Amino acid sequence: MALAKLEQLSKSVVQGPSLATGAVPTKDWMETPAIFKEGNFAYPAKQEKVEYLDSQDGLSFPNARIWSPDEDDWKLPENWQETILKGLQERLDKFRSLKIFMDCCVRCGACADKCHFFLGTGDPKNMPVLRAELLRSVYRNDFTLAGKLFGKMAGGREMTVGVLKEWFMYSYQCTECRRCSVFCPYGIDTAEVTMMLRELLHLVGIGINWILEPASNSNRTGNHMGLQPHTFKDNVDFLAEDVETLTGVKINHSFNRKGAEVLFITPSADVFAEPGLYTAMGYLALFEQIGLDYTWSTYASEGGNFGLFTNNELMKKLNAKMFAEAKRLGVKYIIGGECGHMWRVVHQYMDTMNGPADFMEVPRSPITGTVFENARSTKMIHISEFTADLIKHGKIKLDPSRNKHVKATFHDSCNTARAMGLMDEPRYILDHVVPDWVEMPENTIREQTFCCGSGTGLNTDEIMELRMRAGLPRANAVKHVIDKHDVNMLSCVCAIDRATLSSLMGYWNPGCDVCGVSELVGNALVMDNEKRAMGYDAEGNESELPDGLRTMV
Amino acid sequence: MKYAFSFLAVLALVLIAWLGSMIPGMQYLFGVAIPYLAILIFLGGFVYRVVQWAKSPVPFSIPTTCGQGKSLDFIKQDKLDCPTKTSEVVARMFLEIFAFRSLFRNTKSELHEGPKITYESSRWLWLAALLFHYSFLVIIIRHMRLFLNPVPQWLQFLDFLDAGAMLQVGAPLLYASDLAILAGILFLFGRRLVNRNVRYISLANDYFPLFLIFAIAATGILMRYFLRTDIDIINIKELLVGLVTLSPVINAEIGSIFYIHVFLVSALLIYFPFSKLMHMGGVFMSPTRNMANDSRAKRHINPWNDPSIKPHSYAGYEDEFREFMVDAGIPVEKELPPKKDEE
Repeated sequence: MALAKLEQLSKSVVQGPSLATGAVPTKDWMETPAIFKEGNFAYPAKQEKVEYLDSQDGLSFPNARIWSPDEDDWKLPENWQETILKGLQERLDKFRSLKIFMDCCVRCGACADKCHFFLGTGDPKNMPVLRAELLRSVYRNDFTLAGKLFGKMAGGREMTVGVLKEWFMYSYQCTECRRCSVFCPYGIDTAEVTMMLRELLHLVGIGINWILEPASNSNRTGNHMGLQPHTFKDNVDFLAEDVETLTGVKINHSFNRKGAEVLFITPSADVFAEPGLYTAMGYLALFEQIGLDYTWSTYASEGGNFGLFTNNELMKKLNAKMFAEAKRLGVKYIIGGECGHMWRVVHQYMDTMNGPADFMEVPRSPITGTVFENARSTKMIHISEFTADLIKHGKIKLDPSRNKHVKATFHDSCNTARAMGLMDEPRYILDHVVPDWVEMPENTIREQTFCCGSGTGLNTDEIMELRMRAGLPRANAVKHVIDKHDVNMLSCVCAIDRATLSSLMGYWNPGCDVCGVSELVGNALVMDNEKRAMGYDAEGNESELPDGLRTMV
Repeated sequence: MKYAFSFLAVLALVLIAWLGSMIPGMQYLFGVAIPYLAILIFLGGFVYRVVQWAKSPVPFSIPTTCGQGKSLDFIKQDKLDCPTKTSEVVARMFLEIFAFRSLFRNTKSELHEGPKITYESSRWLWLAALLFHYSFLVIIIRHMRLFLNPVPQWLQFLDFLDAGAMLQVGAPLLYASDLAILAGILFLFGRRLVNRNVRYISLANDYFPLFLIFAIAATGILMRYFLRTDIDIINIKELLVGLVTLSPVINAEIGSIFYIHVFLVSALLIYFPFSKLMHMGGVFMSPTRNMANDSRAKRHINPWNDPSIKPHSYAGYEDEFREFMVDAGIPVEKELPPKKDEE
């Protein structure tokens, strides 16, 4: 489906009849079925990808088949209803969060207008409370006394194919960003609900390709792009050559090297596509300058974890490569690159799922001697923590004027902000690498940050309009600082953001670029024995790296 | 429709108590048996629900971090919103439970032409919620004077404060908490009707407790200010003290309004453990709020963690790609088998 023109969508968001614009649907939500048409759903997973995942030890992805959401018959297994209800019971027994979140909501509606999907689409079922009610209604009907006695009167409803279709639609219009949970008086986290919905759907063979294909790639080749070891190496080598061309400094990097002090893992998109490439060049330059004894891995070549978007088992299995590889190579600790959901997994799940990492040491910066107590157990630190510490101790020389072409703002990614609490480290770095940067309005940053609109595996082209709608709150906040402060660069610490915000800016705010904070570090970094290449700036004058690591030479 | 149904249900409860209590001999049912049953169901149900929750483990450490976490020395931690120590978690929970801190953050978003989205602070819900919950609490506490003989000093003092907070309007004294709870309920109900988002999501289960609590407050106020007789209050106290000491007696006739009030309270107690009102217990146990953000510093244990889930092995990976790896100069564990000379 062709993407609506900017003027059309701008009007539609504000004037189109929706709950967000004031048109209250006349029909009760339980009587409003989910209708699938080209453009409002992500394509289902390819049969062979589901079969591959199902064949892997410890995983279960049944009912591989060819199907499509816009057809009536979803080719569900005969006992699908029983499977779902049994699956729900099992999850209620395994997750206290699910039980509490099913039972405690009072429908106060504080979450309603906090969701970027609701603000952009106005669809009532995108209010976090109603998204949870999609599951809660079934829970009430089959698992609570009130529901068993009073059924619909008590807000219960039977598990039907229609309900299942609704689950599919709305659990894939949620990016598990947790913004609603900041505002909920009981901390009800829709991410937990969406995760459960997606897990339940996988039990009967409902999943999307944009998640399951990268997940199977990650399992087999080590990274979601499906880069085989030699290609992964080629890509990094190529970036290293680029850094050498630009800075005159030869980059010494290695792959799968045993005995290195540090294993470095970043989302594979950083070595594959713009603008992530420049972020990766920033890492290479920084590590070279400080002489870090580190290695890349082709086996654990993915920071991101598409398992997080499917189920616990797959999340665990994909994540397990990080510790397995650290152990095999005998490194002392791991440094992780800029990524949002990767850090949700590393920070909140990894040690629990795949620890204890007692074969490593508590991370200690070899340059500053700082011991990272906050990563004492997991033994993995964030590149922003590592870099901020270098700057604080004056161990790297930075010339912010080398970023004078940049007027930056900073986007907190959902997961690092709301599932980790990493907010000021990247800001501290920005303070030292750019001449000037500005914050977006306070209700759109830090713990209140808005999602890019395409997280959790939704950055697929067939739902572009949905993505642009869901990303509107973020884009709108960026536009505010563009208009007010001439911002031309949206910096972030997330690989999905680097991909999705680029499309989002291209649509809503053309002319605003997207970059990783480490790219700006690389730009500003004064390297030993550097011989910086010449290029032409916007005015056509010849100068040293006028566009930093993006300079064309 | 949903509120009409809830309204009728509460009305039915009122009628049952009103008519029922007028049947000779039924006073014991409404004044003694049902209240005892209600208390039992409330306590048993409440405990049952909490135990049910507690039976499910918390497999992962999933606090919602609403501020800067603890990391480097020079980065200031937001100890309340991103706690790492138990004391900090307790402080966060205290403010959540007693000051509704998350609700205090509430904003209202609006879409404007452009498009332009604006956000402004919106604390009415927070204010009404505080008003409602705290006045309810004060009312419950000051009702203790009806169950205790003699009435403790501190309770008399609370009663004095509650009544003294308002100008005296005739006798008896008007309680501030009575007005506050009515104002709170009316706001919460009005909001359900007026706010289109909330109206659309509201279920019968949301209106019913509002009507029920409203009816309880209304019958209480009627009894105190309008349908009051001094004989009633003496007999009521005798009955209530009797209930507490497990020797209930109904010596004289008590007005129907009392039985209606008590029956509605009993209904609320019975309804409580099976409804959303259990948020009272749940708020203490919400994993996004009551956990420390220290999951990288301390390993959180998942009791059902499955150690048999292993990564796709490095050996399997190398087996598949060894040739490419050797060609590309990537170190391998096992060298390629020596090539046989092709003949």
